[in-house]
Amino acid sequence: MADHNLDTRGLLCPMPVIKTQNAIRKLQAGDVLTVTATDPGVLHDIPAWCRINGHKVLEQKQENREIEIRIEVCES
Amino acid sequence: MLAVRVIQEQGILVEGVNFFTGFCVEGHTHAIRKKDQQKQKRNNALWVAEQLGIKLHIEDISEEYKDIVLNPKHGYGAHLNPCLDCKVFMVGKANAMLNKARQMADEKGFDFIITGEVIGQRPKSQRKQTMPLIARESGADDRLVRPLCAKILPPTLPEREGWLDREKLYDFNGRNRKPQIALAQQFGLLDFAQPAGGCCFLTDESYSRKLADLWQAQGRKDYELDDIMLLKVGRHIRPAPHYKLIVSREEGENNFMSGYKKQFHSVRLISHGGPLTLVDGNPSDEELLYAARIAARFSQGRDAESVQVEIQSKGGVGRVLNVTPVSADDIAPSWYI
Repeated sequence: MADHNLDTRGLLCPMPVIKTQNAIRKLQAGDVLTVTATDPGVLHDIPAWCRINGHKVLEQKQENREIEIRIEVCES
Repeated sequence: MLAVRVIQEQGILVEGVNFFTGFCVEGHTHAIRKKDQQKQKRNNALWVAEQLGIKLHIEDISEEYKDIVLNPKHGYGAHLNPCLDCKVFMVGKANAMLNKARQMADEKGFDFIITGEVIGQRPKSQRKQTMPLIARESGADDRLVRPLCAKILPPTLPEREGWLDREKLYDFNGRNRKPQIALAQQFGLLDFAQPAGGCCFLTDESYSRKLADLWQAQGRKDYELDDIMLLKVGRHIRPAPHYKLIVSREEGENNFMSGYKKQFHSVRLISHGGPLTLVDGNPSDEELLYAARIAARFSQGRDAESVQVEIQSKGGVGRVLNVTPVSADDIAPSWYI
């Protein structure tokens, strides 16, 4: 189990979702990925992608224009 | 969505693939414009996948897709939309994914591809003659099934092998979507993506005009992702062949365009409220000053004697000065792209 970070600031959806998907493909179950983003669309799209693909959103927070989403990679 | 549901009805596991070309209308556009930010955000592909209970793979094909836009073997539609080449390319990509999955013993295999195509629904790419062409040129051949019009096409491999019951597929044909809507209601699908709404900017006349203008100004057919993103925002005004202005229309566009200030010359209003303007190309100092006067025309100081602006050159060196806004008549209608 390891922590990983992904910076998608400045990118617009669906690019943050695509980058999240591609990052998670390389991770192991139990790993945690923290995605930072500036497009508010990720607040909807990344949790939706996680629900569809069986991963778990541990936390999401927004401070000014910056958004952080923590995802636990699950077996899927 | 409906094609997937038809196949699921036969007890078959389906996964979705959604391709990002850079020209997609949703997503980016909604994120940029402030008025759209008020709307409920929903990526249609993700939403549909969730409604259907299927996994979705979103693939970035924007770089490879350039060749389809720049050199479409089958030509363009009404605008710069290479719909037929696009379908061949996307089915081909899906077929490559299918083949790759079949070759890897540790991955689950998939047996065939389905699309929601209906014969006669689109004038360019969904005609009876183009259906076999897409199957052939994509390499999917008879592993490509169109569940919504399969009964008026020759049986495919999955039908011949009995993996799919052909009798439970459909014979929809033509532009009338009432039968599809009735079937959707039968399945309990009451909310679905706008059926006739374009999802690709290349089918948009105004966007295609801006793209053609970009190619003409560059002297070659080519683009970067940033180019095609910026064609989605602002008013585009070309006073001379070697430079154009992109004038933001609202706060959301202002914020988005701010990210490009280091790549372009820019004009920012100081004394009055007004849009951020990017200047693309190689204007002389005099022309940059004129661009600032045009930008001032779109500000709250449009009728003032003088407005204060900051002109920033590529790379970020700025200078503050006063300019007189041009009159509305000074902007020739032909300058608007």
